[in-house]
Amino acid sequence: MKRCSARLGLVLLVLALLGLAGCQATPTATPQPEPSAVPPTPTAVVRQAGQLLLATTTSTADSGLLSYLLPDFEAKYNVKVNVVAVGSGQAMEIGKKGDADVLLVHARAAEDQFVADGFGIKRDDVMYNDFLILGPAADPAGIKGMKDAAAAFAKIAEAKAPFASRGDNSGTHVKEKDIWKKANITPSGDWYLSLGQGMGETLTVAKEKGAYTLSDRGTYLSRKDNLGLEVLVEGDAALFNPYGVIAVNPAKWPQVNAELANQFVEWLLSVETQEKIAAYKHASGLPLFFPNSEAWRAAHK
Amino acid sequence: MGDLFRGAIQALRLILALDPQVLSILGLTLRVTGIALLFSTLIGVPLGGLFALRRFVGKRVVIAFLYTGMGLPPVVVGLFVYLLLSRSGPLGYLGWLFTPRAMIVSQVIISLPLVVGFTMASVMGVDPDLRRQLASLGATSWQATWAILKEARTGVIVSIVAGFGSIISEVGAVMLVGGNIEGYTRTLTTAIVLETRKGSFDLAIALGIILLALSFVANVAMLSLQGKRLGE
Amino acid sequence: MNSPVYELRDVVKLYGQREVLHLGHLVIPHGEITCVVGPNGAGKSSLLRLLNFLESPTSGQITFDGRPLNGKVPLSLRRRVTMVFQRPILLSASVRDNVAYGLKLRGEKEVEARVSQVLDLVGLSQFARASVKTLSGGEAQRVALARAIVIEPEVLLLDEPTANLDPYNGSLIEKIVAELNRERGIAIAVVTHSVFQAKRLAHQVAFLLGGREIEVAPAEQFFSTPANPRTAAFVRGEMVY
Repeated sequence: MKRCSARLGLVLLVLALLGLAGCQATPTATPQPEPSAVPPTPTAVVRQAGQLLLATTTSTADSGLLSYLLPDFEAKYNVKVNVVAVGSGQAMEIGKKGDADVLLVHARAAEDQFVADGFGIKRDDVMYNDFLILGPAADPAGIKGMKDAAAAFAKIAEAKAPFASRGDNSGTHVKEKDIWKKANITPSGDWYLSLGQGMGETLTVAKEKGAYTLSDRGTYLSRKDNLGLEVLVEGDAALFNPYGVIAVNPAKWPQVNAELANQFVEWLLSVETQEKIAAYKHASGLPLFFPNSEAWRAAHK
Repeated sequence: MGDLFRGAIQALRLILALDPQVLSILGLTLRVTGIALLFSTLIGVPLGGLFALRRFVGKRVVIAFLYTGMGLPPVVVGLFVYLLLSRSGPLGYLGWLFTPRAMIVSQVIISLPLVVGFTMASVMGVDPDLRRQLASLGATSWQATWAILKEARTGVIVSIVAGFGSIISEVGAVMLVGGNIEGYTRTLTTAIVLETRKGSFDLAIALGIILLALSFVANVAMLSLQGKRLGE
Repeated sequence: MNSPVYELRDVVKLYGQREVLHLGHLVIPHGEITCVVGPNGAGKSSLLRLLNFLESPTSGQITFDGRPLNGKVPLSLRRRVTMVFQRPILLSASVRDNVAYGLKLRGEKEVEARVSQVLDLVGLSQFARASVKTLSGGEAQRVALARAIVIEPEVLLLDEPTANLDPYNGSLIEKIVAELNRERGIAIAVVTHSVFQAKRLAHQVAFLLGGREIEVAPAEQFFSTPANPRTAAFVRGEMVY
């Protein structure tokens, strides 16, 4: 009986020590923010000084762009950027609830609404990439090489060929819905699979089922090697995917790290960062994103 | 099956190379689950003993809630904790959302009913006359309760094992309230979801194997606490 | 010692509506073995539970060592009395740990030595480290007795201690109890349904029937010249109502 109590005590002690270690542990970079020239807002205590919470989409995070870009910002301002990657819908919801400091998403209509509702100060163009219509090599609907995305969708619907949809109100899904609307079709039926999942999972399902799907170029390039799907339609302007950055409105949520968020926006839109974005190449050697900020456009007129 | 084999090899490689990312993920997983389990045990075992040994008003209703709690879907717990800790929520001022603390809170909520429920059941299985016997030997109420809990030792350990199992493998809640932030709130389970989503099945399987190994080692450790009693 | 260990006056015990004890006057003297006899359901065990302070009377007065008890009995008093039950309920541990339990509760020192000594007394020294699960019924009951003796109580209560035991263990326990009283002068109360056991052990006998004391007398008088005819009938082994 004594031995058992001793062992139990030892286990609890170890757990307690782990716990204490956990309480002391800070995220991998330990920033000490420099005193800023602007006095902090008197009433608001910033949630975690020296940290910026960026809510973005899974496809943006998975593309690797942020791991490539963010260290520059972190080093320059001596802060840590915590990235929460979820679907566009969820990212905007996080912004509306004030749980993030800045958003980087690609769902234009929703972004404009976000700002109009007062949750964000303003929306700025950052970059764009494009979407691709992918499908099995066999191409049962015969859409390969078409230049009109809506028309291609119409042919898929007509052939009742299987189509895998994100179904999760993400930027990709919103874009897909726009194209269906343009083709005047409400997709339904056994052939239309609404998955409610991220891009990666959707691609996997499409591969398994030999289905068509809409994917962003970034995820496609990342998965290209083992994908089993081919690019069938690309280049239509309707397939362009613009990204926007929005700082969450401190008037609505005083605890957001407003100053740092604005610095982030400024940095992201700067010509220097934009050139870095253009230089980001996928392993295949092809660029993933195209810079599109106002500053960059002005410099490259 | 090739995936599985490749995954196993990669798992070994990652561990032997002490890959820093994997170590960080492993460390966080251990911290979050360890602390959550500690709280669940410290609160849950005495509570389970209490439920087993005492009568009180509304006991039936409380037990009904307890049973429901034992089957809570983790992602629902995550959603609830999210809304609680969100800046727009009642406890937003704590600033715990998207930090390990939020993850610990949800894991405590998930595992606590299991610890309470199984402890309660095993204490109820102890001879009811034992309490009288201990009292006649001069035990105070607390001393008797402690001795009874030790009698129910095997069941209590199982309750902790059940609590551990419920949270080490859980992904919905920690994903929601932790945000899967690299180097900060990324655990083994959320990392597996991420890698699967990105199509890196090998790495996902490797992480899965590490998770299983971790779980196995922890359970062996808890088995040793049960001592010789199991063999009898 | 002037006052008796226990004095019970007009003690009534109800379980719900059921009256299990209704005693006029009962005295348990120091330094003697009192046997409480009577048929099943006479209230013997209920009486013992009152003496052990496990329960309190519904009405009436119990005086312990000259001190009247009201309300909750303080721990210090509770720990001067202990009881051996009919069924030994031991903790899942070694014999040694079980016997040491009462001492550990009280935070006493020199546990090892005292435990060894008492294990010697009950003849279980060779089982000191054994798990209690390996013991026979008689051996287990001896462990229960040992753990009661080792804490050196002022009063030892035994509720049908040998009812479930084989003759060997039964007589062994009787011997230990008698010796305990002789050598240490502990007051002992034994509930038994065996008239023969009472004859062997008792200095004083209390005969309970339907919760009431029918006769309380020194042993010799109780068995040879009982005052109450029902006592005589009981002693003869007849059914008594």
